[in-house]
This record gives sequence, C-alpha cells and structure tokens, in this order.
Amino acid sequence: MARETPEVNGGSLADIAFLLLIFFLVTTTMDIDTGITRLLPPEPEEDQQQDVQVNRRNVLVVLLNRSDLLMVGGEVMDRLELKDKTIEFFTNPNNSPDLPVMEETEVQFPPGSSALLPPDGVWRGEVSKGVISLQNDRSTTYGKYLQVQNELVAAVNQLRNDFCKLYFDKDYDDLNIMNPAEEQIQEGIRDIYKMNISESEPKNIGGRN
Amino acid sequence: MSKFARKKGKGSQSINTASLPDIVFMLLFFFMVATTMRETEVQVRVTVPQATEVKKLEKKSLVSYIYIGRPVAHLARVYGTEPLIQLNDKLVSEEGIPYESIQDYVLFEREKLPESEKNRMTMSLRIDQNIPMGKVDDVKKALRRAKALIINYSARKEYRNQGRQR
Repeated sequence: MARETPEVNGGSLADIAFLLLIFFLVTTTMDIDTGITRLLPPEPEEDQQQDVQVNRRNVLVVLLNRSDLLMVGGEVMDRLELKDKTIEFFTNPNNSPDLPVMEETEVQFPPGSSALLPPDGVWRGEVSKGVISLQNDRSTTYGKYLQVQNELVAAVNQLRNDFCKLYFDKDYDDLNIMNPAEEQIQEGIRDIYKMNISESEPKNIGGRN
Repeated sequence: MSKFARKKGKGSQSINTASLPDIVFMLLFFFMVATTMRETEVQVRVTVPQATEVKKLEKKSLVSYIYIGRPVAHLARVYGTEPLIQLNDKLVSEEGIPYESIQDYVLFEREKLPESEKNRMTMSLRIDQNIPMGKVDDVKKALRRAKALIINYSARKEYRNQGRQR
C-alpha cells in the first residue's frame, strides 16, 4: 500500500519570506557612486625642467586661502561668480588683450555630421590657450575646494555643451562613446574646450586665522 | 457547527492570501539581487560635499576607495580626532606624506584588475567636507607617485535653482 506523503504546512512560508525581506530591506543601500572625475598630472621626472614659461595673460590664478576666501585673478570673488568668469576667460569674447591668446586651430569632425561644418567635417576656429591655476592652502577646507573645482568643471562643461548643441543638436552628455562617429565628436569638442586646470603644490598662502 | 461558522455570510469576506508568499518572494529576490554588502567597515566619519557637476562612476570593478575623515566616535579615544586616511579596512599610521601605504594599496588594487583594464583604474576619494586640504594634498601627491592618476572626488548631487543656468 502506498504511503501517504504528509503535507507540509505552508502557512508560515509567508512569515519566513517576510522576515528575510525585511532583513534585506534594512541592509540595502542603493547609493550610486557619484563624483567629479579629474586627472592628476604625472609626477615630473627628476631631470625635467620644472618651470615652463607661460604668458601672463594666459593664466587665471584661482586662489583659496586658509579662511576659505576665494580670489580670482587678483580680486576677491564669490563662488557663484566664478563660473561666468571662467567662461569669459576661456572664450575671450571681446578679444581683450588681458584675456588668453586665441589660436587658430583645425579640428576634424566626422564628415557630414553637422550642417554648420564644411562637407569635409573640419572645424576651423580659435581655441583658447588659457590655463587656470588653482592654488590652495593646506588649511583650506576640502568642501570649499571641491565647490571651486565644481564651478571650474561646470564652466568647461557648459562651453562644451553649448558647442555640441549648436553644431550637433545634442547634449554633450548624451553622446554615445560606443558609436565611433560620436566618439570623434566628443574628442573634437574636448580639443576645442580643454579642461586646462593646473594645480600647483599647495603652500601656505596665509590669511588671517 | 463549527465555532467560526457564523462569521460566514455576513460581514466582509476574507481575501485569499495564498499568493502572498509569491509576492513577498518576488520582492525578496529583488532586494537580494539589488543589495551589495558593504565590504569594508568605514572607520572614519565621511560626509562628502555636494556638487552640481557629478557624474556616475560607470564600472564598479575599476574603482578603489580612499577614505579621509576624522575617526568615528568609539575610535576617537584610540586614534584621536585628527583626520586619518583609511585604505581598505586599515587606518594609515604612516607619518608625513603616506607614499608607501598608498603605493602598496595601489599595487594591491591594480593586481586585481585584468591586464587590459589596469590603466583605467579609478581612485574614488571619499573625503569629509570639513577636512583641511593638507591631508588631501598629501594623498594626491602619493597617488601621483604611485601612478594612479584617474581620481574621482566623491560628491553628492546638488540641485540648484534653474535661474542661474542658461
């Protein structure tokens, strides 16, 4: 005679599942890592000449002192004005002799990618030779430093985005690097608006305690 | 007949809960898959600053973390309240610029990556917003020497009024 298989009571299944569910609910952190990516300059070689002569007008000195005060190009400035100042510095809209030299450059874009470019896809225009020199004190707080970095990055991002919108009718961030043509566009725009931010060795800039 | 028989007929009808375990299991699996267990216990207090230009870090496997902050409350008695650097689960005790600790850490982390991706290693700097830059500059100097040049300043997304954006 066939033995009857005893049925397992499934009534508590839900309770057990709930318990596990609540455990995972509590332990889950769904934070996505976000941040500002930057490239550090490689360490200079021993025999390499350290001082490179840069034309004075091509440098914008951004200084953060130990009391977190911001000085840009010799004047005290609020953090929120820095972005516009940086954009002005990199574009030199009025060809001012105090702002960086603009250099005639040719940049290759994929042919036929934009109506505003000649058929061969070469962009001819002026590219700024400007460099931003960011200096901070050892006692500057990191939060303030990052805010300043953020404004500088924001300025360059906006320039890139404006260019991309004008020529390719697309957000710079929406360019797909997997697509070779769009990758070339991205590289081209990067050549036109370089992220020229140099960070010097920190020193004690001073300022009142 | 039955004790509960009189409930039937009048009042609200009971809902069939037979599919409840299924629904709960579905949720459970979702959370099990979405969860990443934290590998290292963070021994320093880190509140990352806010910024508007943050981007997502795409490939988690390429990312290594460096924490800088003041020790958490129960470790403050041992380590004091000065800012410290944490690599994996160790606090760095090296005096001055931590060239050696960072070098070891970078080599160790780089070893884990496949050959083709070794030069794309990203160092995520999770730094408390109230730390003086001196410590951060030391780490940056050490990272330059260790040739780990792609860094990411960890920050939360800040939403600003649209007024300023054009």
